[in-house]
Amino acid sequence: MKISVNGQTRDVDVEPDMPLLWVLRDELGITGVKYGCGIAQCGACTVHVDGLAVRSCQLRVGDLDGEVTTIEGLGTPDALHAVQAAWIEHQVAQCGYCQSGQIMAAAALLDTNDNPSDDDIDAVMSANLCRCGTYPRIREAIKSAATSLRSV
Amino acid sequence: MGRLKTFTRRAFLIGSTAVAGGVAFGAYAVGKPHANPLLDGLGDNEAALTPYVRIDGDGVTLITPRADKGQGAYSVQAALIAEELDVELDQIKVDPGPPAPAYWNRAFAEEGAAFMAPGDGIANWMTHGALSAAIKTMGMQVTGGSTTVPDGFVKLRQAGAAARETLKLAAAQKTGVAAGELKTQAGQVMLPDGTSIPYSDLATIAADIEPPQDTALRDPSEWRLIGKPMQRVDIVPKSTGTLNYGVDYKIDGMVHATIVLNPAQIGPMNSFDASEALKMRGIKAVVPVTGGVGVVANNTWRAFQAARAIEFDWGPAPFPAAMEDHWQALAESFNDDAIDSRKRDDGNVEHAFAETAGLISAEFRAPYLAHAPLEPISAIVRIDEDGAEIWTGTQIPRFIQNNVGKITGLDPDQVKVHVLYMGGSFGHRLEDEVVKQATEIAMQMKGTPVKLTYSREEDMVHDFPRQIAMARMRGSVRDGKVEAYDLGISMPSVVASQMARQGLSVPGPDSMIVAGAWDQPFAIPNLRVTGYRAPELAPISSWRAVGASSNGFFYNAGLDELIHAAGADPLEERLRLCNIPEARKALEAVAEMSGWDGVLGDGRGRGVALTQSFGVHCAEVIEVTNTDAGIKIDKAYVAAEVGTVIDPVNFDNLVKGGVIFGLGHAMNCEITYTDGIADQDNFHVFEGMRMHQCPVIEVRGLENGSRTLGIGEPPVPPAAPALAAAIFAATGIRLREMPFHKFVDFA
Repeated sequence: MKISVNGQTRDVDVEPDMPLLWVLRDELGITGVKYGCGIAQCGACTVHVDGLAVRSCQLRVGDLDGEVTTIEGLGTPDALHAVQAAWIEHQVAQCGYCQSGQIMAAAALLDTNDNPSDDDIDAVMSANLCRCGTYPRIREAIKSAATSLRSV
Repeated sequence: MGRLKTFTRRAFLIGSTAVAGGVAFGAYAVGKPHANPLLDGLGDNEAALTPYVRIDGDGVTLITPRADKGQGAYSVQAALIAEELDVELDQIKVDPGPPAPAYWNRAFAEEGAAFMAPGDGIANWMTHGALSAAIKTMGMQVTGGSTTVPDGFVKLRQAGAAARETLKLAAAQKTGVAAGELKTQAGQVMLPDGTSIPYSDLATIAADIEPPQDTALRDPSEWRLIGKPMQRVDIVPKSTGTLNYGVDYKIDGMVHATIVLNPAQIGPMNSFDASEALKMRGIKAVVPVTGGVGVVANNTWRAFQAARAIEFDWGPAPFPAAMEDHWQALAESFNDDAIDSRKRDDGNVEHAFAETAGLISAEFRAPYLAHAPLEPISAIVRIDEDGAEIWTGTQIPRFIQNNVGKITGLDPDQVKVHVLYMGGSFGHRLEDEVVKQATEIAMQMKGTPVKLTYSREEDMVHDFPRQIAMARMRGSVRDGKVEAYDLGISMPSVVASQMARQGLSVPGPDSMIVAGAWDQPFAIPNLRVTGYRAPELAPISSWRAVGASSNGFFYNAGLDELIHAAGADPLEERLRLCNIPEARKALEAVAEMSGWDGVLGDGRGRGVALTQSFGVHCAEVIEVTNTDAGIKIDKAYVAAEVGTVIDPVNFDNLVKGGVIFGLGHAMNCEITYTDGIADQDNFHVFEGMRMHQCPVIEVRGLENGSRTLGIGEPPVPPAAPALAAAIFAATGIRLREMPFHKFVDFA
């Protein structure tokens, strides 16, 4: 089947019930998207489908209907997305393993709400687990990114 | 090259006076200098100056032997070297380095011995001597125990300084300008005429120069990097999804495998039937490994799916089937025959108790806890006839060489280990079962690289968790003051369980049974701390802060019961009892930061705790509100004494993370066993703290002490008792058992 990832159409020969996560990681070699729990509890696998944050461990590739964006498609080291730039400015990451998912969740939040309150941030970001405990920096970075996106 | 080896040995003696004082193996360490691993395989244009710096045509690579599991170890090690070497952090590469005895971790081996309060006869602790010896024998390249900074603070700067002075000598030889006229800056030697020579152009000359032996380290007033905010070397890749973690790594021709182990922890597999699994798409093989099977496929998810289609006949776990029997074993160990240590026995608690009319007593419990780093454990192993190659995130590369050698029959030197970035550890990657199992699979398909990835469920159920622990306290008060405190702690030995898996036996008491309790900075007139060694139950391992992770709660919670009975203020009474100036300053700092002035009222409460662990005095104040939805944690104030804060940004991040880690597990995490099987297998039942529960945290690093210490673990132990005390102040509910959500709701 054909799927669209980061602006490219890719051919994959997989079962329709394979989760998008594993199609991306093991079939297409896109490893910015992470496996953490497999049951939508940690959010490390968060990608965008047509701009909406989706847990790719729960989306069967056969049910995919839309353009997939992973962290690699959001921005690159040479062309950072505002959320990534804020993550670097605030030095959010410790181990960093959850941060792809955190960044994708935050980018989707800011896409619909360019001035989120603490409660707004809590409502969305509480679904993403960080075992290292970088939550205070995640909160600051989201506010920073919101400011910079509003000024664009 | 021979002279470089001499220097290698010399480097370890620099700032390492304790080497000669090592209990049994000091002579070994001195008598048999470890070879410099970087001298092997050097190209024509490469010269290895010290084990920590490699300079070649591509520039400067700093070797950072302590692995990075997220704590910023690569950055902090690079900064220590770069400070003296005069290179900028954005000019250099970091390389975790090959496993080698030369990278032994002195601070890890002597954790406890050097850090304990003076005058307590700690040198007599057999555990430290034996453990130190064991680690030294194995080469000691271990990351853990918040030791990266104390181990490297002098050693790495000394390495940088020696390299810098050698490069100046090389430049002097090349140009004829006296070395004393030369300066160094940004990876170059600067000549008086304004020209400069990049370090990389001096590498081959430097290789033949005897490094100066006694270069003085720069005064702190001259530091360019230390103490100033740094950008982590891995922050851009970690913010763009471009960092390759162990689980992301790919080797050409690699197959994807997963594992199914007996759900009854470390129980045997009697038989299995994989006939259905083998019919599934992409499944290449199902092979037996110790305690289960490896499922080999062309895609991780296919391996996960096939794993569920295999039928097994499992044997029982070799420890009590029911959780109540684990607690019973701990309770029964409070007897004289099971005394492991009694390193604190001030005054006479029995005499004080005979005099009092109101003996206070309580019992406390701390559960098994999974490490559960977000990246599940994984390893890639390829076995060939004449060697093995391993790619994995690990804290113990030397143990891996030995263990793979044992399984394959190869010499450890034929086992090449690549240490990869880790998505967290918290102690999980001090174990190497995943590598042993991947090796067992790879032995059955020689020449093919096998990537073994645990499912989250296998990872959590087969984690070797934090120790289960129980404490019993008695105490008395007089005239509004704490008069006597008798604390007994019962737990199995973490060190014995962990080292047994490496084939090592550790004689003598286990200091972890009383860590964070016997050595606290409070001069209670009658104070006794006794460690009781419970029998081995479920296999356990080092979990962030190890013994202190449970004992910090026990000690502070017991003390709080006494202070409450005395009618005293928890912070003022701690200050009154405190007998170590650095600890007092930590308490004073959190008092000031929180505006501590007694009770808060209106459904709000605050609590304070201080634990000295890994040499660091860490004080925390937690504030909570009792809301209709449950307990809301509003604020946390933390002050920690570390001697020197190397990077204030990473320090702040690690302290906040440690507080969140301590609070989250105290709130809602435990591993319990039913029929030897862990009841918790994923994050829906082992949640930790989430964003909406996270308090505002204020952090202050204190630099009054003379030793530079690590901060990875010390913020964890005081978090739980400070939270329990705050909840008591807000609700009147005394929490004596973790996790607290069994007794109160959290908003």
